[in-house]
Amino acid sequence: MTVGVQPSPIRVVVAKAGLDGHDRGAKVVARALRDAGMEVIYTGVHQTPEQVVETALQEDVDAVGLSILSGAHNHLFPRIAELMKQKGLKDVLLFGGGIIPDADLPFLKERGVDRIFPPGATFDEITTYLREAVGRRRH
Amino acid sequence: MVENDDPAAAPVLRTTYTRAGKARTIGITGPPGSGKSTLVAALVAAYRRAGERVAVVAVDPSSPFTGGAILGDRIRLRDQFLDEGLFIRSMATRGQTGGLARATGRMAAVLDAVGYGVVLVETVGVGQEEVDVVRLVDTVCLVTVPGLGDDIQAIKAGIIEIADVLVVNKSDRPGADEAARDLRYMLSLGASRTGWTPPIVRTTATTGEGVERLVKEIDAHRTWSRESGEHDRRRLGAARSEVETLLRDELVRRLGDRRGAALDALVAKVASRETDPYSAVEQLLGVSDRSG
Ligand SMILES: Nc1nc2c(ncn2[C@@H]2O[C@H](COP(=O)(O)OP(=O)(O)OP(=O)(O)O)[C@@H](O)[C@H]2O)c(=O)[nH]1
Ligand SMILES: [Mg+2]
Repeated sequence: MTVGVQPSPIRVVVAKAGLDGHDRGAKVVARALRDAGMEVIYTGVHQTPEQVVETALQEDVDAVGLSILSGAHNHLFPRIAELMKQKGLKDVLLFGGGIIPDADLPFLKERGVDRIFPPGATFDEITTYLREAVGRRRH
Repeated sequence: MVENDDPAAAPVLRTTYTRAGKARTIGITGPPGSGKSTLVAALVAAYRRAGERVAVVAVDPSSPFTGGAILGDRIRLRDQFLDEGLFIRSMATRGQTGGLARATGRMAAVLDAVGYGVVLVETVGVGQEEVDVVRLVDTVCLVTVPGLGDDIQAIKAGIIEIADVLVVNKSDRPGADEAARDLRYMLSLGASRTGWTPPIVRTTATTGEGVERLVKEIDAHRTWSRESGEHDRRRLGAARSEVETLLRDELVRRLGDRRGAALDALVAKVASRETDPYSAVEQLLGVSDRSG
């Protein structure tokens, strides 16, 4: 019989960490990912790194996307990456977006952030990236 | 894994299933925006105060177009996020009939087996899928709100028959008395099949008012259900549908493995109207009952 096993939808946590309370960008990304067929767990604003990682763990996700506008990226990303490692989420992708100076990118990459999208990134770029990167990790 | 109907989940379920069955499973269902998530958060707080470990399975509808979903129910439970006695899992409906109910049932069984004493399942009470989901729990709470007016008729169909406890939430709003009266009237129309008359509880989920009473009524239903045999009947029904579904899947899979080519050929013949589906099935099963 030719009933193919359907791959399960990609599950992503979209989180807004740090002090700034603007989540329009994060919400728009969440909606775009949903429209691309993904299951998005949207956390709301003011998440601590512990909360973000606990959510990723309980929700059994493929990726964690973090939106940071507050300038605290050099603190929040490494902290989340570290907690993810501690909790055994080594196959979970960490990516992000927001206003982040180019000069900080190598540091973040080295600390375990897979990819940072600049403010002008298109939804297509983000969904294509997730499909490819998650596809690679699931194998 | 468990929610994907993944064969890899089978070993997990084999070992956990027989250890499950201790938790109270409670369904919270009702129309969109009626305050289900807020009520779940209030119930979580109440059960946590009583020392129970609590798991929440929140089911959100998927987009019918893309299959994607935004699962937002964690937000209302945020204050309790890092409480070790609380586990929250969101699920999307994913559009396959029966699939969601199975996945939810299995998730609940796993959470039950690993020691969560209370498992709360939130669904939007609109479709058959959701009705199937809440059938799996011990006690179903149907959440309504004042001012639904004739719309209450719409939720009544199908779902009111499976409600064990009726909740009028947002009782801080005008019309709570009428809403309760309408529900009571509707209940009086249908004879109870089981001997249980669902109590009507008024709550204000945002302040927690009425939640203690709701917990008591849920307990009362559970006690009645155990004593009357209804509990066993429900578990039997759920077990039967679980076993039958697995059996069906397994039969189709084995047949496909052994006689895949024959199956494909017959399906093509059915499509082109050379034969009919009944004869195709008989042929595949090797029973030709045409001889009578
Ligand atoms: N006035 C009042 N508002 C309430 C009450 N309970 C919930 N709400 C509000 O009603 C709105 C919807 O509440 P939710 O808990 O998200 O409702 P829901 O049924 O889970 O919604 P969906 O999951 O989207 O179907 C929120 O703004 C709540 O704050 C209540 O008892 N009184
Ligand atoms: Mg809700």
